[in-house]
Amino acid sequence: MDLNKLTLHEIKNLISKKEVKVDEVVAACYGRIENIDDKIGSFLTLNKEDALRSAFDIQKKLDNGEKLGSLAGIPAGIKDNMCTEGLKTTCASKMLENFIPPYDATVVKKLKSQDAIIMGKMNMDEFAMGGSTENSYFKKTRNPWDLERVPGGSSGGSAASVAADEVIFSLGSDTGGSIRQPASFCGVVGLKPTYGAVSRYGLVAFASSLDQIGPLTKDVEDCAIVLNAITGYDKMDSTSANVKYPDYTASLVNDVKGLKIGIPKEFIGEGLNEDVKSAVLAAAKKLESLGAIIEEFSMPMNEYAIPAYYMIACAEASSNLARFDGIKYGYRASNYTDLLDLYKQSRSEGFGDEVKRRIMLGTYALSAGYYDAYYNKALKVRTLIMNEFDNAFAKYDCILGPTAPTTAYKLGEKSENPLEMYLGDIYTVCVNIAGLPGLVVPCGFDSKDLPIGMQLIGKAFGEGTLLRVGYTFEQNSDFSKRKPSI
Amino acid sequence: MNRILILVKESLAFRIERGDYKMNYEIVIGLEVHAELATKSKMYCSCSTEFGGDPNTHCCPICTGMPGVLPVLNEKVVKYAVKAGLATNCEIAHYSKQDRKNYFYPDLPKAFQTSQYDLPLCKGGYIDIETDGNTKRIGITRIHIEEDAGKLIHDEWGGDTMVDYNRCGVPLIEIVSEPDMRSAEEVRLYLEKLKAILEYTEVSDCKMQEGSLRADVNVSVRPFGQKEFGTRTEMKNLNSFKAIVRAVEAESKRQIEEIEDGGKIVQATRRWDDNKGYSYAMRSKEEANDYRYFPEPDIPPIILSDEYIEKLRLGLPELPHVREKRYVESFGLPEYDAAILTNSKYFANFFESTAAFGVSPKLISNWMMGDMSRLMKDKELEPDQIPFEPEKLSKLIALIEKGIISGSIAKKVFEKMFETGEDPEIIVKKEGLEVVSDEGALKETVKKVVEANPQSVADYKAGKAKSVGFLVGQAMKETKGKGNPQLLNKLIVEYLNK
Repeated sequence: MDLNKLTLHEIKNLISKKEVKVDEVVAACYGRIENIDDKIGSFLTLNKEDALRSAFDIQKKLDNGEKLGSLAGIPAGIKDNMCTEGLKTTCASKMLENFIPPYDATVVKKLKSQDAIIMGKMNMDEFAMGGSTENSYFKKTRNPWDLERVPGGSSGGSAASVAADEVIFSLGSDTGGSIRQPASFCGVVGLKPTYGAVSRYGLVAFASSLDQIGPLTKDVEDCAIVLNAITGYDKMDSTSANVKYPDYTASLVNDVKGLKIGIPKEFIGEGLNEDVKSAVLAAAKKLESLGAIIEEFSMPMNEYAIPAYYMIACAEASSNLARFDGIKYGYRASNYTDLLDLYKQSRSEGFGDEVKRRIMLGTYALSAGYYDAYYNKALKVRTLIMNEFDNAFAKYDCILGPTAPTTAYKLGEKSENPLEMYLGDIYTVCVNIAGLPGLVVPCGFDSKDLPIGMQLIGKAFGEGTLLRVGYTFEQNSDFSKRKPSI
Repeated sequence: MNRILILVKESLAFRIERGDYKMNYEIVIGLEVHAELATKSKMYCSCSTEFGGDPNTHCCPICTGMPGVLPVLNEKVVKYAVKAGLATNCEIAHYSKQDRKNYFYPDLPKAFQTSQYDLPLCKGGYIDIETDGNTKRIGITRIHIEEDAGKLIHDEWGGDTMVDYNRCGVPLIEIVSEPDMRSAEEVRLYLEKLKAILEYTEVSDCKMQEGSLRADVNVSVRPFGQKEFGTRTEMKNLNSFKAIVRAVEAESKRQIEEIEDGGKIVQATRRWDDNKGYSYAMRSKEEANDYRYFPEPDIPPIILSDEYIEKLRLGLPELPHVREKRYVESFGLPEYDAAILTNSKYFANFFESTAAFGVSPKLISNWMMGDMSRLMKDKELEPDQIPFEPEKLSKLIALIEKGIISGSIAKKVFEKMFETGEDPEIIVKKEGLEVVSDEGALKETVKKVVEANPQSVADYKAGKAKSVGFLVGQAMKETKGKGNPQLLNKLIVEYLNK
């Protein structure tokens, strides 16, 4: 039995029944990583020594009959933009090549308190900016389904590692689709929770009002288990929501009867790959056959979601990334003439092209004389999109659509054309703009046998409904069970 | 080069003194005062705000802007700022927010300062000042909250610049006045009043020497009668009242001279060099930073209820102008005394505590406004650093009133108290300073003094009663101030009439 190929809930079950030992699970995962990660490139940093020690400690506690956390002994990958005490956190940037945080992000603390095993840090687009993980300063991650193709991004390492059975689950972050699009490209389950449901404390900020951490897992049940562990109010994050968080596993019911699901016309129109479209519509049919009520409706404002998103995200990024100035953190140029030159050289040399492009865009959007035309206008669009979602949720329990216009594309195919890359976010950014939860569940394969994920969008704090729909679909299909041949 | 500059300066100074301007000018001044709030912890983390720790000992990942950290607003910051707003008659915003002010500087680890831009906590208030017996109202445009930056320390030996982040994230309020002041004197009065209000409400400890009160000064001039304001210049970060007053005087003169010489004022930020006594241009408006303000996405808006605001309003302490009135009405102090005593909370508290021991309020006031103020100035002490307790001043006054020591001896005892903090009764005993009222002993002195001053005796005989005063003075000198002056007076008159 290849332990690393099992789901979280399967391993949890085996561990609690003492049929397998934690160190066996961890060893199986590291064995897999050693075998294939030179091909996939999911990891930036391995945490092997520390992980083996935790595995030993947790097993000892188990043997002593001590009570353990909900993720006891489960190997996890952490996207490299979440701070891990004593473990490098690079954001896949030369700027933070040697940054070792003195503290754990709240989510990392939570995973540790539930006795998960931190296996290492996952590759990503630099500072989470990109949709293919090609913007990493260190390496490119490849799609386990086709090594010539990208895993999506920015949480490409997190998605690929779960798809390739290198870890049992991983955490990613999603600012405009960075969990959901790679989940779709890699054929795994990915959830972007409601803004405020998971603490951002310790997540190196890209766009503060849009960023959200979430799980990438092998199936919907695993997603609910991880979600239980990471959600919750955190007094260290003022944008964290102080509400009652339910037990998400209670939503894992195989029943969608009477649920109203809307499909935005604009999501299945022009620009959508035919294979993706038919997989998503087939999924809708499936849900309908299971008793859901499916309806098409219109979300005309979504047309403006991408420009509004790039204005807001870049504006916030230009400020968030200003601290990387060569003075206190990260890379400092070795040659400079004065203070201003030190700033210029350090930032020119330390940041990659895409990061610089977005910083410049954001700086411009906030500049005197342009603020109203760009940033302020984007905020108005944001309000309109929120209103549009509010109206939709007055009628529907959730919204169904594609995650991305295409399946995974080839490495290098879009990296020279940023605008085309941005358009790949067309179905995902509106969810961040409105702060809503979005769940991606595998729903098919294209003609090249590349995975397709459907996206379910819910009301704020409506993760339960999404998990219910996703779980029901999964129980009545087998797309989540297929594995890449690598 | 230096010589030429000095020569130019002198010639300007002459012209200013002679006042030979073509026109009369009005000076227009507005202030932006930054006050450090008296919170124990910083604005967004739990680090101490205490002044003077070893460099970089009062900081954490949050106030040093470590990647991934988030700010959590200290509720006391809002409370203190609202108190300041209420005490200066401001309207308090029910909805306000924080904004990021973006700029690069090594003392600012996040490369943005969290401040407030278009929705400050307080706006539209005023402070009344008394100038030449008239009340003048100075408008307060707004009060907003913001965080302080760190400090750069230049290593003069190695040529390196180092950063101390202890002050990073210490909460400030910025109090922006309307351009309502018309002289350096009005600026001084406004600052004194503002400082008193902040002290009374315990919003800030206002320790100038620790930089907890600083001001940016905006100055412009215009011909009298002109409605439009002249072009203004701004001098940043002045940290003493004296420097502010000097800067206003010098900058307004510079501007008048510039206009008189046919020049134009350039809108600019200028650096005031208090040692040299002049300002020089730092950057003009064209070169000014674009701070790219935008709403701070990590901190939700600040929403205040009526109940919250009203509770703070009711909890405000007695404010300086109310206390001033009370000192006139219930202590019978002259208005002048009351105004000066109430200018500092610490001074006023000391006064009241002393009065509680039952000694004459006016005598206390005399001591505090006279010898005490002089000695504190000499020793560069702040009003909270009076080196002895109120009871000791009351004892000193009682010693005089009971005739145990004379006024001139009391001055010496007071100085001693200032140095050692000792009880005046003990000082008097230890040093044998009691008034001599022994007639036998004083008669000897009188005899000696009268015989030594025949001219005064002749004057007296010729009807000049004043000469008795002179003789009493001589007798006091002879007794080293310890003679009972009333008794000496009586004995001298008796002796002369013999």
